[in-house]
Amino acid sequence: MKRYVEHVMGMPISLALRGRHTDDELAAQAWADALDVLHTADRIFSTYRADSHISRLNRGELTVADCPPEVAEVLRLGERARLESGGAFDVRRAGVLDPSGVVKGWAVERAAAAFERLAGTDYCLSAGGDLICRVTGPESEAWRIGIEDPFDPEKIAAIVPIRNGAVATSGLHRRGPHITDARNGETPTALASVTVIHRSLTHADIDATTAFALGPDGPAWLHARPNRTGLAILVDGTRQIIGQTDRLSSRSR
Amino acid sequence: MTAVKRIVLWLLGTVSAVVLMFGYHTSTSGPEAAVTPIAGGEGADSNSAPSTPTTTPSTTPSATPSASSGSSTVTGDVAQTQWGPVQVQLTVQGGKITAVNVLQYPNGNHRDVEINDYALPILIDETVKAQNAQIDMVSGATVTSDGYIRSLQSALDQAK
Repeated sequence: MKRYVEHVMGMPISLALRGRHTDDELAAQAWADALDVLHTADRIFSTYRADSHISRLNRGELTVADCPPEVAEVLRLGERARLESGGAFDVRRAGVLDPSGVVKGWAVERAAAAFERLAGTDYCLSAGGDLICRVTGPESEAWRIGIEDPFDPEKIAAIVPIRNGAVATSGLHRRGPHITDARNGETPTALASVTVIHRSLTHADIDATTAFALGPDGPAWLHARPNRTGLAILVDGTRQIIGQTDRLSSRSR
Repeated sequence: MTAVKRIVLWLLGTVSAVVLMFGYHTSTSGPEAAVTPIAGGEGADSNSAPSTPTTTPSTTPSATPSASSGSSTVTGDVAQTQWGPVQVQLTVQGGKITAVNVLQYPNGNHRDVEINDYALPILIDETVKAQNAQIDMVSGATVTSDGYIRSLQSALDQAK
């Protein structure tokens, strides 16, 4: 196994490759392409950059029609998440657009496409703890993903073996309060962390943030979502596995 | 020999963890969901253990993972939960779990649960140290580049 790390958008991007192309020119090119996708997303969406399309939208210098089509795509995802969360998830706060809650998972999912070109190569790509796993053959071992213990980041609370799928975790313990319930602007306090496992990192990431924002209602909300499994860790340390085992019998990809 | 023993012991811990996991799952449907169990059920493979609880897990066909490509299966005890018996079988390859078969559910159905896209998290006992857990990557609340230096992921990235 070969590992790579770079920092983009203030986040560590970790890659693990195993199989045919781990340390050759093809692998290096795929890694460069993936990082390029993330840098491009940062240039378009960052609220920290005055010249990003999002910043210019917020200043009224542009309309969505003037922006790259990715902006409309991300805003559509954000609107869908707002409706499906009863307003707890919202890319607009007091009229100001901040689609960060959508962009991260979405951008990493797009970046991971670079590794699909590597024949016979399994990959696991993580951006600050949200990750995508792929294996190329039915005999390949699952990637073993540790879910961080929100009360002790040196330890893990659970392991999820993932062959093809995405894992996203939301919580407050790393950065302090950066998630708020958009319905009332308050920081949720019922949950220590929420992890969502789904085929798509875009949707796993949105759902993890939403469930966290919903606080005490988060686990039940997540349980009702189709084709998701997950782990909710409450502030009292209680751990709830979310997901119906019935769904696991499907082997379709 | 010690290594093999350690792997088996680790697996036994995992078997209990998986049982706990399903124990939790069944609890969500409430005690009234209990149905008479059918050991193994239709379609169960010939390795299915009898529903009689055993004190030590049986291993089939061998608990020793072979040198390179071989896989082995470990069948856990039948755990008697208040909703009925639960039994799982793990397939292990190179010291890692590649599949979980649930031989018995409280509802009596045999299910072949292969870990794939929608795998459930396997809860680990509090006493298990992360470094013993053989993990490839860590999922946690957003790690910034500042916080990364002391993180578990950072240690993993430097491992190879």
